[in-house]
Amino acid sequence: MKLNVLIFGQLTDIFGVANLTLENIFDTNELVAKLIESYPALANITYLISVDKKVTTENIALTNNSTVALLPPFSGG
Amino acid sequence: MTISNNDNRYDRQTKLKAFGEAGQQKLLQAKVLVIGAGGLGCPALQYLVAAGVGTIGIVDDDRVSISNLHRQVLYGTADVGKPKVDCAALALQKLNSEVNIISFPVLLNTANALSILSGFDVVVDGTDNFATRYLINDACVLLKKPLVYGAISQFEGQLAIFNVPDINSQEASNYRDLFPQPPKDGEVANCAEAGVLGVLPGIIGTMMASEAIKLITHLGHPLCNKLFTYNLLNNQTYELEITPRPNTHLLIPANAAAFEQTDYEWLCASPMQAMEINIEKFNAFIEDGNATIVDVRELYELPMINEFEHLRIPMAGLFKDLDAFAEENIVVFCQSGIRSLKAAQQLSQFFGNAKTIYSLKNGIANWKKQQPTTTT
Repeated sequence: MKLNVLIFGQLTDIFGVANLTLENIFDTNELVAKLIESYPALANITYLISVDKKVTTENIALTNNSTVALLPPFSGG
Repeated sequence: MTISNNDNRYDRQTKLKAFGEAGQQKLLQAKVLVIGAGGLGCPALQYLVAAGVGTIGIVDDDRVSISNLHRQVLYGTADVGKPKVDCAALALQKLNSEVNIISFPVLLNTANALSILSGFDVVVDGTDNFATRYLINDACVLLKKPLVYGAISQFEGQLAIFNVPDINSQEASNYRDLFPQPPKDGEVANCAEAGVLGVLPGIIGTMMASEAIKLITHLGHPLCNKLFTYNLLNNQTYELEITPRPNTHLLIPANAAAFEQTDYEWLCASPMQAMEINIEKFNAFIEDGNATIVDVRELYELPMINEFEHLRIPMAGLFKDLDAFAEENIVVFCQSGIRSLKAAQQLSQFFGNAKTIYSLKNGIANWKKQQPTTTT
């Protein structure tokens, strides 16, 4: 099972890339836990999660080829 | 001022069938408030004024500085040191003298926001900090005002319209449906710290004007319940659907009086952490009656507590009815203090600085031991 992760804004400073491909992750809670394991700085950062272009606040099941986006808030004007 | 007096000023847009004279009339009757006459505000103002919006308000308490000029295109070198609202009004009036321009050379705060915003139909947020953005969002929710939101960071921009339902839904989302609480102080760098290419706010600010015009003239599909993002480096755009959250209203002051009491600078400072309290402090909350006290154990767990008033909300249902957490102080307890600390941390994360969350250390079993013996 393949999962696409898109990373926006200054979150790319933490990841070093703007997208990742991960295998065998079945819900968003699991994804966040795995990401924090690899990128501990993520634990202290504000961001929203969308699954297949829908902003989500609850744990959501992921399917093959789901695209998850992580977006931080922007304040600049 | 009628359109016939305008000669050919708006000819190229009234020629558009979907816009027409009717669209022009709607713009003429509209009152749009642009908050922040900076990188986003300048291009938004230019296009709104050029398009013939009848009344434009500008809020900004800042003065032009030399480092503004690469992106704040209403100002010139000779304006450095002058108030932005004065320079902007002058330039905009030169562009289109038929527009009524109202300047507010003030810092938007909870004391003046509701009275300023209530005089306008649409609010455009071009500010540059989270405290003001959350303040504007909450004020617009309270006043049910359409809010055109735009923000930038380095090479990326975000754009949305809040408080307007989309065609498929009765519900309207707002900024807190995306980001319920402001990020911690210093977590997100602003333009001054992180830098910005001048043309980026030009693009996003122009899109903000475009969304405001679409909204006013019922043209096309404005970004209601959607968040649009743009990346200047690779020209990629990404559009997300926003679903209003059932609990968002709990984070927004309930009325004007509560709004005026809210300290947005403080809300954006580092949030409070959930705190563990001892039996003495716990008993003080019981006595004072100034806290919502919650038992997060399962309903079958013993001992039953009937010594003081409290709610019973097992962990799994913690977020089902957040209205239940009515007081500013929330005190949670469980058997041994472990689950309640977890609950307190989750609640603290949700409520941010809006409420203070306490957990009874060592749990209610320990508390019970310290009580004078009763027949149970």
